[in-house]
Amino acid sequence: MDLYAENILDHYRHPRNKGQGPLAKGQAVITHMEENLSCGDTVTIHLSIKDDCITEISWDGTGCAISQAAMSLLSEELQGKTLSEVESLTPQNVYDILGVPIGPRRVKCALLGLHVLKNTLRMKERKELQGWNETVGND
Amino acid sequence: MTLDISSVRRQFPVLRRSINGRPLVYLDSAATAQMPEAVCLAMARWNKEQKSNVHRGMHVLAEESTVAYEDARTAVQKFLNAAHPDEIIFTKGCTESINLVARSWGETHLQEGDAVVLSMLEHHSNVVPWLQLKDRKGSDVLWMDIDEDGMPKLDDLKKHLKTGRVKLVAITALSNVLGIAPDLKTIIAMAHDAGAWVLIDAAQAIAHMPIDVQDLDCDFLAFSGHKLYGPTGIGVLYGKRKLLEKMPPFLGGGMMIRSVTQEGFTPADLPGKFEAGTPPIAEAVGLAAAIEWMQQYSWEDIQAHEQELLRFAIDNLRLIPQLHVLGTDGKSQIINHKSPIVYGCLSFTLDSVHPHDLTEILGRQGIALRAGHHCCMPLHTKLGIPASTRLSVGIYNMKEEIDVCAQAIVDAQKKLHT
Ligand SMILES: Cc1ncc(COP(=O)(O)O)c(C=O)c1O
Repeated sequence: MDLYAENILDHYRHPRNKGQGPLAKGQAVITHMEENLSCGDTVTIHLSIKDDCITEISWDGTGCAISQAAMSLLSEELQGKTLSEVESLTPQNVYDILGVPIGPRRVKCALLGLHVLKNTLRMKERKELQGWNETVGND
Repeated sequence: MTLDISSVRRQFPVLRRSINGRPLVYLDSAATAQMPEAVCLAMARWNKEQKSNVHRGMHVLAEESTVAYEDARTAVQKFLNAAHPDEIIFTKGCTESINLVARSWGETHLQEGDAVVLSMLEHHSNVVPWLQLKDRKGSDVLWMDIDEDGMPKLDDLKKHLKTGRVKLVAITALSNVLGIAPDLKTIIAMAHDAGAWVLIDAAQAIAHMPIDVQDLDCDFLAFSGHKLYGPTGIGVLYGKRKLLEKMPPFLGGGMMIRSVTQEGFTPADLPGKFEAGTPPIAEAVGLAAAIEWMQQYSWEDIQAHEQELLRFAIDNLRLIPQLHVLGTDGKSQIINHKSPIVYGCLSFTLDSVHPHDLTEILGRQGIALRAGHHCCMPLHTKLGIPASTRLSVGIYNMKEEIDVCAQAIVDAQKKLHT
């Protein structure tokens, strides 16, 4: 199956939840940015969290179709999720959401959104940020 | 005489490959060049008939192997026009060659406050060893910026040399991103006048232009075999004998010693002093075969052919809307190159198409380009872009391949954005 499936390209061309900046409605907003240095992709997430639930998400970023589509798809999944549900998200969940085969060279593109998401929560809890090996599941 | 490209191509087995039903279009020779059959055969012959260690046995195979290895050294010496064979040190690659100089010469000759000058065009392998020395020894790294033609600024060099602290200028003979060749002779003369040595990173230049180390008068020169139609796993460090003689060994082990006692050791003479352990023998044989293979063609013919390809590529790529060839496109604002003479490669960006998407889509059609920062992050930062796509040519490429590539770029652009 083509990596650049219509669904991926649609999210790349018309990213969801992108570019609204930190949209707080009286709730604490937490913002975090990660980048993939080897290709210069960046994703910044803004989360509004209430009662341990994600009430709003917006994000910004630049990069390849895979990293940007993955973040767009992931952002749709996150609405209303509890923090513990987010914490238990795995790389496989992201691959399933993408629905296209991700080869070894594109793993970091596909998982950039997950990586920034996990570290946003770590920041919120004042924990040490996790490295790529942990996000990818090599640890 | 011009090159007979179809006869050249027939000698490269990999060029008969097809990928997803399409012929391989290999435009990534700057990353590594393909090997002609003659090189594969020479290596296979050594492996099948002569494999044995060098300089260590009296038997027939050891004799043949030693002769083949030292013949390879002589082949490199002649290719570079070095004065002596023992000025040629075999390493595992260009990166190791530069590290050898940084470790051996740098550790003993650089003091805190001394400086090494680099250009903004440098590959990480000619940046990081000097930054490591900076961390260890407190020596400085000073940069030559590039002008609007992509050329390292001689004014910057002059300014740095005036400080009196510069001990070495380490500079590429050919940018692996812009395809720009700095004016080495002027740079070397300026450095020497100020009492600094010069190291040339010839990783890219070696396959695209003749190099004469005596004429250049460079003090060190490094390259890898695999970009010269030879195998991976072998590189060369050329150094002037009087400098190499004063430098301590880099790695310790067998071959690099004259004698060892329980208390200490005396290093071997050149070049053994810098070749600890069993060297890459099959690879040295392969490198010599690659040099011999290349020498059946004249530099004039090779350069005329590659210039035609690159000119054709620049003219065609510039027709693609939103494509900016780095260094040749006034509109790109990146660098306004007035008289684009590039060797070996060119790089470009395509508005709102990430190089990884482009090269992945082209890759599936059998077209091999390279995407990323090409191990030149300082240059990409300077240009204000995270990454670019590189098209590089070798002796075996054809205009038809550039056409196929240009059309595929247009199609990929449409696919991603409509
Ligand atoms: C300009 C330049 N210098 C150094 C190197 C390093 O060569 P190697 O990886 O073979 O050691 C390269 C290879 O990409 C290069 O293009």
